[in-house]
Order: sequence, then C-alpha cells, then structure tokens
Amino acid sequence: MAKLPTRKFDVVIVGAGGSGMQASLRLSQAGLNVAVLTKVFPTRSHTVAAQGGIGASLGNMSEDNWHYHFYDTVKGGDWLGDQDAIEFMCREAPKVVYELEHFGMPFDRNADGTIYQRPFGGHTANYGEKPVQRACAAADRTGHAMLHTLYQRNVAARTQFFVEWMALDLIRDAEGDVVGVTALEMETGELYIFHAKTTMLATGGAGRIYAASTNAYINTGDGLGMAARAGIPLQDMEFWQFHPTGVHNAGVLLTEGCRGEGAILRNADGERFMERYAPTLKDLAPRDFVSRCMDQEIKEGRGCGPNKDYINLDMTHLGADTIHKRLPSVFEIGHNFANVDITKEPIPVVPTLHYQMGGVPANMHGQVVVPKNGDPNTPVNGLYAVGECSAVSVHGANRLGTNSLLDLLVFGRAAGYHIIEFAKQNAHHKPLPADAGERTRARVAELDASTGGEYAQAVANDLRRSMQHHAGVFRTQKMMDEGVHEIAALRERAKGITLADKSKIFNTARVEALEVENLVEVAQATMVSAAARKECRGAHTVEDYERGADDPEFPLGRNDRDWLKHTLWDSATNSLSYKPVRMQPLTVESIPPKVRTF
Amino acid sequence: MSKRSFQIYRYDPDKDTRPQMQTMQVELDGSERMLLDALIKLKAQDPSLSFRRSCREGVCGSDAMNINGKNGLACLTNMRTLPDTVVLKPLPGLPVIRDLIVDMTQFFKQYHSIKPYLINDEPPPEKERLQSPEEREELNGLYECILCASCSTACPSFWWNPDKYVGPAGLLQAYRFIVDSRDQATSERLDNLEDPYRLFRCRSILNCTDVCPKGLNPAKAISKIKELMVRRGV
Repeated sequence: MAKLPTRKFDVVIVGAGGSGMQASLRLSQAGLNVAVLTKVFPTRSHTVAAQGGIGASLGNMSEDNWHYHFYDTVKGGDWLGDQDAIEFMCREAPKVVYELEHFGMPFDRNADGTIYQRPFGGHTANYGEKPVQRACAAADRTGHAMLHTLYQRNVAARTQFFVEWMALDLIRDAEGDVVGVTALEMETGELYIFHAKTTMLATGGAGRIYAASTNAYINTGDGLGMAARAGIPLQDMEFWQFHPTGVHNAGVLLTEGCRGEGAILRNADGERFMERYAPTLKDLAPRDFVSRCMDQEIKEGRGCGPNKDYINLDMTHLGADTIHKRLPSVFEIGHNFANVDITKEPIPVVPTLHYQMGGVPANMHGQVVVPKNGDPNTPVNGLYAVGECSAVSVHGANRLGTNSLLDLLVFGRAAGYHIIEFAKQNAHHKPLPADAGERTRARVAELDASTGGEYAQAVANDLRRSMQHHAGVFRTQKMMDEGVHEIAALRERAKGITLADKSKIFNTARVEALEVENLVEVAQATMVSAAARKECRGAHTVEDYERGADDPEFPLGRNDRDWLKHTLWDSATNSLSYKPVRMQPLTVESIPPKVRTF
Repeated sequence: MSKRSFQIYRYDPDKDTRPQMQTMQVELDGSERMLLDALIKLKAQDPSLSFRRSCREGVCGSDAMNINGKNGLACLTNMRTLPDTVVLKPLPGLPVIRDLIVDMTQFFKQYHSIKPYLINDEPPPEKERLQSPEEREELNGLYECILCASCSTACPSFWWNPDKYVGPAGLLQAYRFIVDSRDQATSERLDNLEDPYRLFRCRSILNCTDVCPKGLNPAKAISKIKELMVRRGV
C-alpha cells in the first residue's frame, strides 16, 4: 500500500494553546520551518478559559521574591515536585511576564502604571507567614488575554498553523527516536504524515475523563494517548486537582481570584469554616486542601441547599464596583449558569475536576524523558512535551493557582530555545520507517468498517461516570480497586465503538471516536496509578491512609519513607514503575519535607 | 421530560446534492440549561449532526450559529429563552462546510489584515512598560473579543464585500491597538484602513452590536476610528 501523503517540517507542534504558541513563536522567529497542528482555531484552545492570573514575584504590591514562590510551590505540591525545575520556573517567572507585557498583554494596572497583582491560594510572603499578591491579572480573563496575545505575536512571526487538524499517532523509528506524527485533516477526512526533526506535544490536559469537569470538550488527552500508544510511560497520573469553586450542577469554573479579591466560603450555618482548618491562609489555602475541607463540611451535614450538597461562595461584601472591575466574567457566569446576582447573593459551588498534575515525563528543557540503561530521565530523541500534557514536574501532587499559566510561558519558551539549538546541530531529517502511518491507517480503517457497535460518547460517558465515582476528591482503596476493573472493562468495550456516520467531510463523530481511545489511556493510567499509591499526598487523598497532623510516622497520611517517588505507568503492560523525586534545586538549599499545614 | 422541536440546516457535501432544513426532536429532562446541551443530546441521537464546540462557557467562540434568525453562541443561549421550535442555521454569509460548520477563512483573513499585534519598535524596558489605569481602561470592551464571528456575519456590508470590508470584528481589534498607549503605529493603522471599502463600508446598521454575545460594541469602535480619520484629515 502506498505511504500516506507526507509533509516535511523542521518542527511539528501538536496543540496551539499557551505552551505550544510560546514555543512556535521562538521557532518561527528563528527562521525554522514549523507547523502547528491544532484541533481548534488557536484562540479557542483551553488556555483561553484561565481566569485568575500568572504567578510571578514581581513585588509590585509588597515585598516578594522568587525564593518565597519556590517555597510555596514545593510545599503546595506536597514535596512531589522536582525542586530543580521548580527553581527554574520561579526564577524565570518575572522575565516571561515582562516579556508577555511587551508583547501587548492587557494586564490590569496599579496607579503607578505597574502590573496589578492579586492574592491567590497558597502564595505567601516570607515562607508561609502571610498571603502575598503574586498573581498578575487581566481582570478575570487572564488566559483569554494571554492566548490572544500569543496568537497575535505568532501572526506577526508568520507561524504556519494547520487549523482543525487532529494529530493521531507518534512515529518512532527502530532506535526509538521520534520522527514525526500522523494527522487527520478534519475538513477533508484525509490522513497525512508530518515528517519532522522534532515533534512537540502541547495538547493540554485530559480533564474530560471526569463527568463533572471545568475542562473544555476538546480536553481529551490526545498527546497523552499518543505517547502511551508509542510506549512512553505517563507520570504521576493519580494526581488530579479538584478546584474548590466550580458552579454547582454546571461545572463552570469560578476563579480562585474571587477569594483572592476577598470572597468567603460559607457552610449552611453561614460560618466561614476555612478559619477552622487553615488559621493563617483561611480561604486561600491551596486547592486540594480547600476542596477536602468543603467535602468534609458537606459530609458532616453542613452543606447548603435543600440537599445539603454544596457550599456558598459569598462575594456580596466586595461591593458591585470591585466585582464589575475585577471579576466581570464571574458576574456573567453567575447570571448565565446559576441565575445568581453575585453582588447580592452567594453562589453555590462544589469542588470540580480542573487540572491534571501528571503527564508525559519531561525535563526542564521540555525534552521527554524515559527510564533507559539505569537512568530514569533519558531524553527521547526528537520528542518534547510542554504545558498541562507534560509532567516536568513542577506541580508535584497539587498545583498552586496561577502556576499553570506560568508553566506554559516558562517551559514553552525554554523548549522553543532548546529545539533551536538542537536544530543547529541536526541538519537532516532521520528517515521515516517503512511502516510509518500504518498503525494510524489501520485504526481509522477499522472505525470506517465498524458496524453494529456503540456510539463513542456512550462509552465515554460511562468512563467519565466511573472515574468520577472511583477517583474523586476522597478516595478509598476499595473504590479504586473496583475502578481498576471497571476501566479495564471499558477499555474492552471501547474496541466495539461504531462510527454511524462514515462521511469524509468534517466528521466530528470520527474525531470523537478517536478521542475516546485517548481518554481510555488516561483513565487507565489514572486508576491504576491511584490504586497503587498507598498514602495521602496532595490531591491524592485515600481514607484508608488518613492520619492526623501530629502523627509521628506519617503526618496527614503522607508516607515519605515509601512514597516520595514519581509513578510511571506503561500502557502496553498496564504496569507501574517508579523513579525518585529530584530534591536538589539548582542553586539553593533543598526544602526538606515537613508537615503541611496552613 | 419534555419534547423539543428543532429545524436544523443539514448539508453533507459527501452525500447531499443540496442543503435542506431537517426537523429533529429530542426529549429534554431539564438538565439541559443551554442550547449547546440540547445539541449534544441531539448528536447522541444522530451522530452525523455537525457543529463546533469547545469551552461551553462563552470564552472560546467555537459555537456561534444563527439561532431563530439571530447570531449567537449556543453555549450562552438559555433554552428557556427560545420558542417551542428552535431554528438553527450556520452563520450567514460564509461558505458552509457541513451542517452548522462554516468556512471562516475570509473572516480570519480580515482579522489578520489589520495587523492584530502591538507595534512598538523601541527596545523594551527591563521591567513592564508602564500604563496608567486610565490608559488601560481604554482597552476595556475591545480586548475581550472571542473571534466568534457573530458580528461580522450579521453585517450586510460584510455579506456584500467580505473580501474588501474588514468587518466589525476586525475593526474592533484595529481600534484595540490604535487606542493602546503602548502602540506606536496609529498612523500606519489608519493608512491601512483609509479606503472606500475597508472601513467606510460600515453603514452604521448596528447589527454587530445587537448580536455580540459578549456585549461588546464594534459599531462604537468603528465610529471612533472614523472620527480619528476625519480629525487627522483637517
């Protein structure tokens, strides 16, 4: 059979969100021939939905420095983050924020003309002493402003976008090097090979593996599925962040910036319960912590509403002026999705799935790394991963608010520059293997020949329900063990998905069916990794292993003796291995694990 | 449960010789707050029904369509505000690829034509360029555009001359950069629009402002550009 039509580029980037476009900008400006493949027009990528801010210790509001930011990030991640990468990110933060401002980002301003910064969860001055204003904000549309600004710079740099192209599989040669990807042009239904010296995954998170999620429909973990199918393990997939304030029964996010501006969480008694759990940071403790406290209140019967199943987020004391100035989108969301005027009444919220801490393992240059010959972090030639689809790992077991946009900016940029160096040393493309594209062609042909099976979304909906039930905010060993079996069964069921619509033209049902294969990889990675981790750390809280803060051996259930390590899940064998956390920062002293109270 | 009726523009060039309006019905149980939720339920009945969607909260701009004669976002259109029969068509004036999916090439071409990026050739300072809160305030109502194309495809001038008239979305962004205190290319930007079509095809019909799902006012931005144009002429 003839090979799929092939196009050749220096670099192919999969995904046009914040991280992908930070990288493509560097590459286009350096004169490299770069193609950016994206399922949606670039400004529709999910970065657009980020609201609150970008973390950087500019110190515009009060004294701040990167050492404090570094400490907060290590502690916020419950010591699972790699301290070298965290130091790099926090030191780079002011630089990338200033650069974004120079690009034209419409940040809010202080009276002296500097960038406005608001408080955010887990960000403190002087190593946990008091909250600090570190989140650089454009009202509550920071992600929107940032994504459009990055797209605009790419327009100026003449980056070549392939809009509404879905990447399907990585192509690896006999030596395991990545030499390109296959992709589907959605408008025509045609398959292509993109032959590249370097391939970068920037596909975002996979939050759509859960039923109640703040994530966009496009967030189906395509990069993770591609990596898993190509034999690259997925790291730390048991760690998923539940954002404290998703609109009850709607899943839509309300930024932590609400609480940054002074909003208060109240239970059915009207009590500001966070004062009890986190005396110093109160409502602005890190997200995993606040979400657990909310669920605890609900579990103990102090939830609000007729079913006592939500918490009230109260902004009524902020005043209409502040709300309209600082939180205009939150006001609109209240009106559209909860029928609530947030200037006059509290809005019902519940912890809602929001962010994937794990992903494709990568180092701080963006290179994808795998265990090989005794080194757990050996780069895979030709493959990079940045943004939410990667695990660098700067977020550890729980990401701090505002560190996601920062992650995109810092590592998208760093990877871009690293690839430019690589390109200088590698003048030629490695040849494509003889069977390049055959796996993709077979997958798509199988779907096109399918009859009598299920609609893709029927399987996906059951998968989402199962994940929600078995791997939620509070987990039990029994629930997770059951979940492992359910997801394994769903994996089998997914093989029977049928495409009722066989049209070549913009076939969204075909896209959905191909996405389910990626969802399955991510869901299984999550369930299996979670069931194996027998401790409480960050977002992974298991009732069986909960202990008090004063427990001498395992305070708060965290077991550093056995579990201070990264999980790696391999798809082909459905098995786990582990690698050490990098505890040594680049230039400063390591922050040793301690009890995590706020 | 209640049954809702939809009339939806259907066209798959792979098998249809011409477009047709198809009547579709779906049982709704009240959990479908927005039109997009109902569309997803319709797609489960008939997976061939094709439309774009992503964020489902009105920030990505994917699911703009013509809803009972007016352009808007499916994800921000509450089912309770719609009549018993919901009539859905693709955005008017752009070529249809399939069903409710239009080819937006022309729309983005016009957006790109206004140089939608900050132009400032001075070497940047070590820290941020300073901008007063009042200067920043000028960008409000402009930078929030989500490029959904509801406005431009509601504009008769854009229908007539999509290749020559920039259209309200592009002009809104042109003004966003003209008015940015950090941008130095105002005169070049005005030159770029000084043309019988690019700017002056706007006849102040105001459909753009009427349909904008984000509550923005492209017509006002256009009139401000016209004012600047006149002022620099005298």
